[in-house]
Amino acid sequence: MSRWITPFQLRDKGILGMNRRNVGYISRYNDRRQFPLVDNKLTTKQVAEEAGLAVPKLIKVIETQHDIEWVQEELAELDEFVAKPAQGSGGKGILVVTGQVGDNYQKASGEMITLADVKRHLTNTLSGLHSLGGRNDVAFFEELVKVNPYFNQFSHEGVPDIRLITFKGFPVMGMLRLATKSSDGKANLHQGAIGVGLDIATGQAIRAVQNNHLVSHHPDTGASLEDIAVPNWHQLLLLAAQCFEVTELGYLGCDIVIDRQRGPLILELNARPGLSIQIANNTGLLPRLTHIEGKKTRRMSIEERVDYAREHFSPQMRDTQLPLDHIKEQVG
Amino acid sequence: MNNRGPVLFIVLILFAVGIGAATFRHQMYDIPWTPSSQAMVWQVEARIEFTAQGGPSQVFLTLPPEQSGFDIVQESAASSGWGFSIEPGEQRRAHWSQRNPLDRQILFYKLDIVTNKDVQAASGPGEISPVVWDEPYQTAVDHLLSTVYPTSADAHTLTLRIIQALGRIPADQNLSLLTANFEQQDLLVRVLRSAQVPARKVQVLVLEDGRRRQSLASYLQVWDGEKWRLYNPSEGELTETANLLLWQTGNPAVLEVLGGTNSRVTFSMISETRSGTILAQEQADDLALSLYNLPIAEQGMFKLIMLLPVGAFVVALLRILVGLRTSGTFMPVLIALAFLQTELIPGLTSFVIVVAIGLFIRSYLSSLNLLLVARIATLVVLVIGIISIFSIVSFRLGLIQGLTITFFPMIILAWTIERMSITWEEEGPKEVFIQGGGSLFVAVLAYLLMSVPEVEHLVFHFPELHLVLLAFIMLLGRYTGYRLLELNRFAAFRNSQ
Repeated sequence: MSRWITPFQLRDKGILGMNRRNVGYISRYNDRRQFPLVDNKLTTKQVAEEAGLAVPKLIKVIETQHDIEWVQEELAELDEFVAKPAQGSGGKGILVVTGQVGDNYQKASGEMITLADVKRHLTNTLSGLHSLGGRNDVAFFEELVKVNPYFNQFSHEGVPDIRLITFKGFPVMGMLRLATKSSDGKANLHQGAIGVGLDIATGQAIRAVQNNHLVSHHPDTGASLEDIAVPNWHQLLLLAAQCFEVTELGYLGCDIVIDRQRGPLILELNARPGLSIQIANNTGLLPRLTHIEGKKTRRMSIEERVDYAREHFSPQMRDTQLPLDHIKEQVG
Repeated sequence: MNNRGPVLFIVLILFAVGIGAATFRHQMYDIPWTPSSQAMVWQVEARIEFTAQGGPSQVFLTLPPEQSGFDIVQESAASSGWGFSIEPGEQRRAHWSQRNPLDRQILFYKLDIVTNKDVQAASGPGEISPVVWDEPYQTAVDHLLSTVYPTSADAHTLTLRIIQALGRIPADQNLSLLTANFEQQDLLVRVLRSAQVPARKVQVLVLEDGRRRQSLASYLQVWDGEKWRLYNPSEGELTETANLLLWQTGNPAVLEVLGGTNSRVTFSMISETRSGTILAQEQADDLALSLYNLPIAEQGMFKLIMLLPVGAFVVALLRILVGLRTSGTFMPVLIALAFLQTELIPGLTSFVIVVAIGLFIRSYLSSLNLLLVARIATLVVLVIGIISIFSIVSFRLGLIQGLTITFFPMIILAWTIERMSITWEEEGPKEVFIQGGGSLFVAVLAYLLMSVPEVEHLVFHFPELHLVLLAFIMLLGRYTGYRLLELNRFAAFRNSQ
């Protein structure tokens, strides 16, 4: 099998390339001024919470060294919590505590740490150790997400999350990301995590890929990946679609986790979402994006957008392949 | 795509203006499109600096004499407020004067010369004045001559024997008495004259394209009966003299400043392949906004600076069309620029070695939890340390190329190490090799393009062609097609559906 494909074949399949994504979508539909909103996890969370979107609950913001001195009292009543840097890069600096024993805290890995360790972690975060530019940062505590037990068999450590690409508020493509042993518990595709393409209509698996190769079972847990159906699917799509109004970013990646009790929660937003989602879905983004570009969407409500997406962007429906003028007729 | 119109319009304008201006200058000033291998024109500039003490002040600079191998085309001095004249004679001198200069003064003397093999200037030696040695030097000189004279045949071989004898280690007791008390050139001249061989000390400028702030080298000339031959007092005869410009013969100081202190003279030069008259033509044209009007030292800088856009273009090309990942967007251009001075293979090896050692040390640093700025500062110090040790070791091993490592921009090296190390921690060694390899590949490609003589010629002599380059870069900025590497990344779609 050849390891190359011709550009014509790629175009026929509607694959979105990096250059076209940058020029045609990110710089065209995403206003630079809105970028800090999604690049800072704390602002994202605050803005989303204000707008009534479901996010892991914010417990406490640590802005100064002085705040750290009082952290023990804040944490006293909490059994479990997550500490994050607002501008952490690549999952660095995230501390997950699952229990308290006396003055000690238990990490997700089972390791015990002292209060002093927690404080040092926070000091390091504030001084920018975990942020890429080394800029001073802010730390915050949030509620620990308890993953829906449905996913337990599909993930090696790490929290499985769902990446949805939304375009002008329409969820256009989705993918479930599962951590593996070789991805070191991280849900990053290029580090060896599994990407499962999801049918926008139903939330059911289309196919699963790891390192660009098809896989049928999770390499660590052995669970079959082919009949995954993500629960709370409609609610999840609604949540993602709402992000458009909040962020005003036209081309957006929403990372969503499903909490056992609260259902879908927004974990993070991304103004420059990657392109590998197309491989997991075995289809290109371009037809869906141009489909929406050729449509008057301003008046549509969130519900209408989600319904429209579920109706048109399923691999079972071939509507997206129809010429645009036909679609316009259909819509009226 | 939206608003493609304005971009295309600007691109067309840039393209037209660039090509048009270049063609116009080609026609008007007869600047050739390609570097020709005809007579080489050297522009040499002497820069005199001194602090005036107040009161009248005079500056004398000896000027190069008529000599074999070079035609002096044109000379000029640029120094406002100073009276200037050239004193003719056996040893020509430039003479500046001013009644009441203040503070730091800078004077320029500019010289255009053309290499010409046919020019033969041979003014024979005058009478040799008798050399008087004090004791115990007389005995030592007699001893020296009595040992080397029988083993020589003529002035040339005698000179070589004496240079050999003086350079021998361990030194003869008689000779170390001489070498300890006389400067090497003076000693040679005096010993040769004692043997009735006409010899003189000369100051020579080594011509090398683009060098700045050079000083003169002290050599020795010996009359062999027909012509003056040139010797390096510690090595022997210099036969390749095409790039050696005789600046001064005889003993007086090159620079003499009356009414000033802290004086010094430095030399900058660049080589051209155009004829000197054309050069003068454009220089004289006040309307022409030309790089040729700059001082030579700055022109030498611009020869390098003008190559940067070429490198930037290569980066844009490889990142947008091919999709190579590099560590730091324009870092490869700076590395390529360093390669231009170090040559490719030595540059590549030393770069890889320094970065590898740096990464190794940096991996320990990360366990110390240092803050970013302190970490980079640490790396800068370390990089300088590595480079020093590298230079010393390679010099000891006799690898002169190792010394050129100092051309690498240290801060960029430190940043590269830092960035690669972060990539290593966050995305694994594979990504480091992809990005490191990508960067080096881009750097090598940029170097290869930048070192093509035609490219070098065009960007310096036709700076307006950068507009054309700019047009291409802007076009690239609107390219929305697939990248070459995406054809591999998405190869999985080949067999789908």
